[in-house]
Amino acid sequence: MKKIEAIIRKTKFEEVKEALLNSDINWFEYHDVHGIGQSRQERIYRGVQYSTDVIERVAITIVCRDQFVQPTVNVIIDTANTGEVGDGRIFVSDIIDTWSIRTGEHGDTVLRDKK
Amino acid sequence: MNDIAISLDTVWMLLAAMLVFFMQPGFALCEAGFTRSKNTANILFKNFVDFMFGSLLFWFVGFGFMFGSDGAGFIGRPNWGDLSFYKGTLPVEGFLIFETVFCATSATIVSGAMAERTKFSMYVIYSAFISLFIYPIEGHWTWGGGWLCNDAAGSFMMNTFGDVFHDFAGSAIVHSVGGLLAFIGAMALGARRGKYGKDGKSRAIPGHSLTLAALGVFILWMGWFGFNPGSQLAAAGEVNRTAISHVFLTTNLAAAAGGVATMFLTWIKYKKPSFSLMLNGVLAGLVGITAGCDMVSPLGAVIIGLICGTVLVFAIEFIDHKLHIDDPVGASSVHGVCGILGTLLTGLLSTTNGAFYGHGWGFFGAQCFGILVIDLWAAACGFALFYGIKKLHGLRVPARIEDEGLDIYEHGETCYN
Repeated sequence: MKKIEAIIRKTKFEEVKEALLNSDINWFEYHDVHGIGQSRQERIYRGVQYSTDVIERVAITIVCRDQFVQPTVNVIIDTANTGEVGDGRIFVSDIIDTWSIRTGEHGDTVLRDKK
Repeated sequence: MNDIAISLDTVWMLLAAMLVFFMQPGFALCEAGFTRSKNTANILFKNFVDFMFGSLLFWFVGFGFMFGSDGAGFIGRPNWGDLSFYKGTLPVEGFLIFETVFCATSATIVSGAMAERTKFSMYVIYSAFISLFIYPIEGHWTWGGGWLCNDAAGSFMMNTFGDVFHDFAGSAIVHSVGGLLAFIGAMALGARRGKYGKDGKSRAIPGHSLTLAALGVFILWMGWFGFNPGSQLAAAGEVNRTAISHVFLTTNLAAAAGGVATMFLTWIKYKKPSFSLMLNGVLAGLVGITAGCDMVSPLGAVIIGLICGTVLVFAIEFIDHKLHIDDPVGASSVHGVCGILGTLLTGLLSTTNGAFYGHGWGFFGAQCFGILVIDLWAAACGFALFYGIKKLHGLRVPARIEDEGLDIYEHGETCYN
């Protein structure tokens, strides 16, 4: 089992969400994140020009069986890509075990396939 | 005058008073939108304080200071709640209400400039003083029939300038006084924490809702249709119905021109049209036209709007970047600078006696002198009041309260939960 964490553009979230639901993923979490990075946005407020280095992104977290890692990553790369700097990153890490709260069973069979 | 005509005039005056009253929520929303959400209950409360204290004190004392009789034309006799001294064709109680909403407008201008860092108790003291004293006395010099508007042959103004000071609905009397007090108040207070960096550069502190600010400005624009045309104080008869219609038009044109000027200027200056400044630009045009809305042509109104909307941007920059006086809503620029500007431009653009229409410089001189006297009075009162309170009572909340928000510490309740 692996955990896939992807930081994507807010504007791309709807597309990524649809694509993930159409692939073999039946549950994922997401949250709005604020990051600090190189890119800056120029703003003006009441005649004061300033730049903000706070970057707003959406972080998606997916836990899936090993065989779905590559297809899922491909889906995200395909849909979240604009070709411009700031498209985001995908991180994959190991998950030691998974338990189902309802049945008490554990192991990667808990993460059932959709089909 | 026949009875129906007086009734018609009264209804128009009371209707206009309602519109001017509705400028209070306009100011409240505008100020709330331009400031941060942690101080919203506080700023709304201050707008209520201005109107509540203004209503009571102007009824009890201020009305007498402003319209009471006296010999020299400098200060009226306080009425102590007794309205029977007033001799006019319009019912005195309606007239009192009409004048009350103008007084409260002048008072409520200040809260925005002093937003987000002022002690609530201090603000109550200030608010009482302007409605009790500062506004009614300069109001007496002008609308109260005092020396600046005394057109009797041989009076000081007629001898010196050959004309009297003219401020139809209060560019000088209401707005420049409120704006100047806002300026002095903000100066005495000092900037909000974090407004100016260690290098002295101005930082942006974006307000929490430009939606509220926009609604506020639209409401103010509507309220101004009572503020200016209502100041005719009559509707019956051909002269009056023509006059109020003319004032409606000049008021609207100046507001539109003010907003347009600011929009294009910020577009050129900052590469993007600035919404927050355009909102101020509309108000700048409205404040500017208020003095001469009855005297200038529609084209003159557009010129006044364009000038005010342009000067506004530079005034806001100058006050913020150069003087380092922190005015979160731009009240000192909108009401102070454009109030003065509108009063002076009336002297140039009035079709009946303005300098640009070949009537000589006497009226312009009267305008210059009038605004100087009124604003010296306001400035003197402002310095004495704000620096006096600073010494005796303190103006600012402690730093920790300012950081956490005035709502929680000053009032114990927040606007957004």
